[in-house]
Amino acid sequence: MITIIDYGLGNIKAFANIYERLNIKVKIAKTKNDILGAEKLILPGVGAFDFAMSQLNSSGMRDAIEKAVVSNKVPLLGVCVGMQMLANSSEEGKLDGLGWIEGTVNKFDKKLFNSDLYRLPHMGWNNVNQSNKSNLFCNVPDLGRFYFLHSYYFNCNDNNNIISTSTYGNTFASAVNSNNIFGVQFHPEKSHFLGVQVLNNFAKL
Amino acid sequence: MLNSRIIPCLLIQNNGLVKTTKFTNPKYVGDPLNAVKIFNDKEADELIVLDIDATKEKREPNYNLIENLASECRMPLCYGGGINNLSQALKIFSLGVEKIAISTSALNNISIVSEIASRVGSQSVVVVLDVKKKIFSNKYEVFYKNGKKPSGIDAVEYAIKLEQEGAGELLINSIELDGTMKGYDLKLIKIIRAAVNIPITILGGASSFEEMSKVVNEFGVIGLAAGSLFVFKGRFRAVLISYPTPTEKRNLLENSLT
Repeated sequence: MITIIDYGLGNIKAFANIYERLNIKVKIAKTKNDILGAEKLILPGVGAFDFAMSQLNSSGMRDAIEKAVVSNKVPLLGVCVGMQMLANSSEEGKLDGLGWIEGTVNKFDKKLFNSDLYRLPHMGWNNVNQSNKSNLFCNVPDLGRFYFLHSYYFNCNDNNNIISTSTYGNTFASAVNSNNIFGVQFHPEKSHFLGVQVLNNFAKL
Repeated sequence: MLNSRIIPCLLIQNNGLVKTTKFTNPKYVGDPLNAVKIFNDKEADELIVLDIDATKEKREPNYNLIENLASECRMPLCYGGGINNLSQALKIFSLGVEKIAISTSALNNISIVSEIASRVGSQSVVVVLDVKKKIFSNKYEVFYKNGKKPSGIDAVEYAIKLEQEGAGELLINSIELDGTMKGYDLKLIKIIRAAVNIPITILGGASSFEEMSKVVNEFGVIGLAAGSLFVFKGRFRAVLISYPTPTEKRNLLENSLT
């Protein structure tokens, strides 16, 4: 069973629909009790970093999630801003991140993006280069295309935590992993068949 | 490697899918949910769905329909039509939509753009500019009321203001080319693209996939939206949904950013 954390942000329904089609049970968690006993957690997220963190902090679920993920090693997949929240902090905001994967969230290099070519947000379908082998990408061809929509990226302190990179002006971590904790910058729930494969892989971890 | 996006734009009227010509003569082309399923199978880059009656009829967006479309959609979805305030926008996001498109409400009160963008992030706020070229001038004017009323606002100046307000993308829609399949207005693309740094998507007049390829060669990474091109086939405009295969698309969009 997959438990999707509903703290008021992100496309909960899109994940739920894909899992239902895969015949995998889904639970939408809105309170800390919903987190208890979770086997797999998905932390979606869109929008501004601070808003996402404050929503999570005030959801009443943060302690329960922390206990599940950090103490009980329940696998968690952070998506988009949900991935960025795994970092220590973000240039986009003042609040602390969860700090589960060492790193900061930075804005794409401004100098580069003042040129006429590169525009922010980084929006569209981009290649995902699997730099470290991970079961999250089982049966996903290297350089497969996924949908991105973001202006900030995860800058990992430890390159061993990077399981895939993508390039838009600069090369950045498009997927990260440390033990039971995973994050993807792209939107698997909106990336057609390859996205479904990644979500199915996460369910089978 | 980031490619241009090829985006079907679907118009909704009375819960059905229609295609207009120059913003008039809506022709029924099918069921929107069925169209979404077909574009799923064809792995479309993104979908834009615009309810062209919601604002005119001064009614709320059809949340039921939006929810059904979003649930079916395995690609990013942009919804527009009848969004007048933040709470409506938030409700639509909660139904599983990635981006919302606003038009009339931004003309009435441009600060709605920053209001929504500060809550959900610029990346999810698209503003639609329905424009017409001015007679005896190189300027373009923004229209509203489904392309019927001139606003007196210059498209380029407005685009710059929208970027400052935090719009994440502009959908530039040429009223006079809508449904004609006569080719995009390249001049229009050029002046808007030069004026702003946010991504733009063009709509109105797309004639063929080959033309899209030419536009990408000239302008680089850009959103290429179309209606008729994806729903009509042949001289008699028979309804048949089409979309380039992933391989065709790769060949069409060779000019990409790394």
